[in-house]
Amino acid sequence: MALDKIWVYCEAGPEGVATITLEMLAKAREVAGTVEVFCGTDGAVCAAELGDHGATAVYSTGDLGGRMQGVSVASAVAAALSSGSVAAPDAFLLGTTYDGRDVAARLSVKLDASVLSNVVDLRLDGDRLVGVEPVFGGTLNVTSRFTDGGPDIWLVRPKSFEPSAVGGPPAAVVDLPVPELGAAGAAVVLDRFTEESEGPKLDEAAIVVSGGRGLGSAEAYSMIEQLAKELGAAPGASRAIVDAGWVPYSYQVGQTGKVVKPTVYIACGISGATQHLVGMKGSKNIIAINKDSEAPIFAVADLGIVGDVHKVVPKLTEALEGR
Amino acid sequence: MKVVVCVKQIPDPADPGALDPGTKTLRRDVKLILDESDSYGVEMALQLVDTAGEGSVHLVSMVPNDEVSGLRTALAMGADSATLVSDEVLAGSDALGTARVLAAAIERAEPDLVLAATESSDGYTGVVPAQVAELLALPSVTFAKEIAIDGGTATVRRQTEAGADLVECPLPAVVSVTAGVVEPRYPSFRGIMQAKNKPVDNLKVADLGIAAEQVGWAGAGQEITDIADAPERAAGEVVVDEGDAHERIVAFLDDLKVI
Repeated sequence: MALDKIWVYCEAGPEGVATITLEMLAKAREVAGTVEVFCGTDGAVCAAELGDHGATAVYSTGDLGGRMQGVSVASAVAAALSSGSVAAPDAFLLGTTYDGRDVAARLSVKLDASVLSNVVDLRLDGDRLVGVEPVFGGTLNVTSRFTDGGPDIWLVRPKSFEPSAVGGPPAAVVDLPVPELGAAGAAVVLDRFTEESEGPKLDEAAIVVSGGRGLGSAEAYSMIEQLAKELGAAPGASRAIVDAGWVPYSYQVGQTGKVVKPTVYIACGISGATQHLVGMKGSKNIIAINKDSEAPIFAVADLGIVGDVHKVVPKLTEALEGR
Repeated sequence: MKVVVCVKQIPDPADPGALDPGTKTLRRDVKLILDESDSYGVEMALQLVDTAGEGSVHLVSMVPNDEVSGLRTALAMGADSATLVSDEVLAGSDALGTARVLAAAIERAEPDLVLAATESSDGYTGVVPAQVAELLALPSVTFAKEIAIDGGTATVRRQTEAGADLVECPLPAVVSVTAGVVEPRYPSFRGIMQAKNKPVDNLKVADLGIAAEQVGWAGAGQEITDIADAPERAAGEVVVDEGDAHERIVAFLDDLKVI
């Protein structure tokens, strides 16, 4: 027995609807009769793509200008539900993203509903949803459900589901007005910056080359960038070197960073803390280079090289040049 | 300027974690330390007060036992005082229950600015800072990379999917900071000695006007139904580099037809 209705939080950028949104729509269709979308952008722009992926309606605040997604969207949803203009869905699905977490957090307080974060699978258990969260570096799967009468608020890790188009008609655009926000809505975006990065994005790349503490210094990270460039790969990092300030947070692969599932993941000087493994062990092929033969990364590597990254990586880059 | 920093004492992530077979949650009856993620908020707060030339840094934390060692680490870094809500009824709290307790404790401190990590290293729900803001009807900016305070306004550079947003936010406000944005100082010997005498206000949940059934297991709106071993990934070939390991990698990539 399926749920009646699920609402999926839609994020969108210049390239259209975000992949995480399409991933959640695919899963939502499997477990609910009706799938609708809510967003803090101009829903009309996304209606065709959302409909193609099975959403029948998009509840849209319109462009928020400089207002923050979290407080604006959560307040708009809560106002619509409490006015009775919209029937509450059985569950909300939001991505474990910068804005998704903000919306979920504010919504949970407004609806007095619990949140479950970091789920990588959702399935029906009778007429209710249960979610699966990996713990301890992905060695254990914990299944949980809500007990508070809902609506459920699930935060879903990117890369958990495969998007699939069903060729539906454009989603109907429904106005979702943002109420007066008061002090909570006083933060405004003055300016937006795009970090121009060469090559593919970390969570979309077919190959990811990551560096860790074994590099020894921030300067040595350049060899990761060079190898990544040679392979057309995205450069990534372990938490240790992000914490040390060698590279920005946006490079981080792991539990508190991005989940990646590339065709090939090359871990250079990364020991394989559980924190890191949970973010990359879904990769199709894993190559690890580490001088410590006991490093836990070798337990998940298809090809492990016990050696010095400072020797192996430059030679590898050189060997790939001109290919 | 009064800055409150939310800090969490967690089991050392370097030790292998264990689940309590009864409650199916992370065992916390081990030695707890300051979550490294929180050291960035503490450092940021100390720097902001330093830059302002006046003010204080107050810690707010909660724990189901009487652990204080993690809190002492943050005090030794230079924080001035702390509120510790230490109560066994807190065990089993979900994110919303946690936020309710922290929000009530923060409100008593009447801060100008509330800092927190973006997520803890053990539970990593990533929603508590914005929940606290919502409970206190405050604006929030999450995933801050830089914070500047000018009078009653914070200017925050916030991490986004595309790059960063420059956000202006009147105080009081809640800001969560990403790791690695400042270099947390090591507690000095002098700091460690001073920390022992810094004021720590010990509270029970009832002292905050919160009913016991709103927090802990009783207040959590979720339950664990099953725990199972994840399918293991088989380890492959391990080669010791004799100066030619890069050739082995090239051959591996060739086989996959990715180069």
